[in-house]
Amino acid sequence: MARILKGRPVVPGSARGEALVLSEPLCFWGGYDVATGRIINPRHEQAGQIAAGRILLFPRGKGSSTGSAILLESIKGGTAPAGIINMRTDPIAAVGAIVADELYHRSLPIVVLPEESFRSIGQGDHLLIEPDGTVTVNPD
Amino acid sequence: MAITLSDTDRQMLAGDRGEAARLAMSILVRMAEVLEADEMMDVTQAHIDGCGLLSDAGLEFAETLAAKGGKVVIPTTLNMGPLDLRNWRQFGVDEDFAAKAIRQGKAYTDMGCIPTWTCAPYQGYLTPRFAQQIAWGESNAIVYANSVLGARTNRYGDYIDICAALTGRVPRCGLHIKANRKGQMLLRLIDFEPALLRDDVFYPVFGYLVGLLAEDKIPVIEGIPATVTGDQLKAFCASAASSGAVALFHAVGVTPEANTLEEAFQGGRAEKAVEIRPADWRAALAELSTADQDAKLDLVVLGCPHYSFAEFRKLTELIRAAGPAKLHPGVELIVITSGSSYALVERTGWLDELTAFGVRITLDTCVFHTPIVHPRTKVVMTDSGKCAYYCPGELNVRVALASTGNCVRSAVEGRVRREDA
Repeated sequence: MARILKGRPVVPGSARGEALVLSEPLCFWGGYDVATGRIINPRHEQAGQIAAGRILLFPRGKGSSTGSAILLESIKGGTAPAGIINMRTDPIAAVGAIVADELYHRSLPIVVLPEESFRSIGQGDHLLIEPDGTVTVNPD
Repeated sequence: MAITLSDTDRQMLAGDRGEAARLAMSILVRMAEVLEADEMMDVTQAHIDGCGLLSDAGLEFAETLAAKGGKVVIPTTLNMGPLDLRNWRQFGVDEDFAAKAIRQGKAYTDMGCIPTWTCAPYQGYLTPRFAQQIAWGESNAIVYANSVLGARTNRYGDYIDICAALTGRVPRCGLHIKANRKGQMLLRLIDFEPALLRDDVFYPVFGYLVGLLAEDKIPVIEGIPATVTGDQLKAFCASAASSGAVALFHAVGVTPEANTLEEAFQGGRAEKAVEIRPADWRAALAELSTADQDAKLDLVVLGCPHYSFAEFRKLTELIRAAGPAKLHPGVELIVITSGSSYALVERTGWLDELTAFGVRITLDTCVFHTPIVHPRTKVVMTDSGKCAYYCPGELNVRVALASTGNCVRSAVEGRVRREDA
């Protein structure tokens, strides 16, 4: 049954895909492999999982400011997630998405959900993100 | 939500000051919306991190701005780059990689950026002053500038940095505003031996721990001695900005916005208080190191962030103490530093001693951004918490964090001497 969650559209856009939920904050640099779209920081609990084409959920960003460069490169190369959902705005991921839009007119939506909504999304849930920040879980 | 733009902002957005400024301003205004800022503000210095990673998209972005006639309007320093411009051939870097790296660097210097090529710009030229409003990239430098110098910057990601430099403007929000710089959590060091707090190895590990505990909050730390050095704080900043999203910390009696506990919290209260004990520090040290005691050692990396003159002096003394022993065959020891630190070291007699031992020095770059680590490298040691943190993911190696002394000892023996062994 579909559930509708209201979020803030940090980078507005539409996307649809399967949720990959990361239990820990993510730094794209050192954490996301541009070549394969996998989570590669071995210290990360979901290391090895493919995020490309999925809706990637992580509570917030951390680490290197080079994260935006990695996200931009993965958007260019087609190995980026389809969308990103956070609990707190990640300014580093946001820059990557905005620059991709300006340079390539291709980007991904980023939405911030309140904690309870964020935590209600389960691994593998089907998600629909809309430009106004609405996230529909398991849409019909 | 409508953002208030100045006349100059509007002119730049309309393209009156050129296409590069227009594109930069467009990105900045969109970031202002992301960060929910009401208006833009001036910054008077920038530090670019976007020149570090060599990527097709990054090169395209830089060359696009340069080709559009982009020129920085404020003094702008550059972070370490993907190439040791002087010595890359000696390290076996591929010609094609070097050619692209040179192009990327040229795009930034053509725009008027100053070729500092260092991730420790606060230890070279153009050190910002207290309360100066700046736009800095490079996670370790952001923490250092905010915390140790009391300058004011947000955690800027790659590419927003050059936008700020081309326009002199950033969204007015976050740590640019004094009220947002007040401490949020209290961390107290309990039962630590003074000797450990004076030891360099304390700081990269402590930073890693604080990054995990503080996440993206502003920690106030009680217990760091007033005699802490700039290099120790550098190591702390680099670690905290890697394991967490720390952009600012206060150390009571040490950092300039924290003469007292009350000043650090700006009269407010801590959201939470955490006690840190030696067992916590030892657990963090163990977590950071994934290589076993006695493992065959391949590479020692020193200089993350770039080694300072003082760190070179310490290394030279350690190597003298090891003498006549030299680097074990099959072990590489690479020190990464800035041109400005190296220029000072060149004026001493140390280079001959370091080279005789087997040290190789690389300038202006980063082991994670330039391909100088041999693919057969399996086990790395470092005195840097930041380097240890990123090694497993970036280089696919096992790593051990240890004091510089233990790194040198291990380099002589050819085996990992863990700090906690």
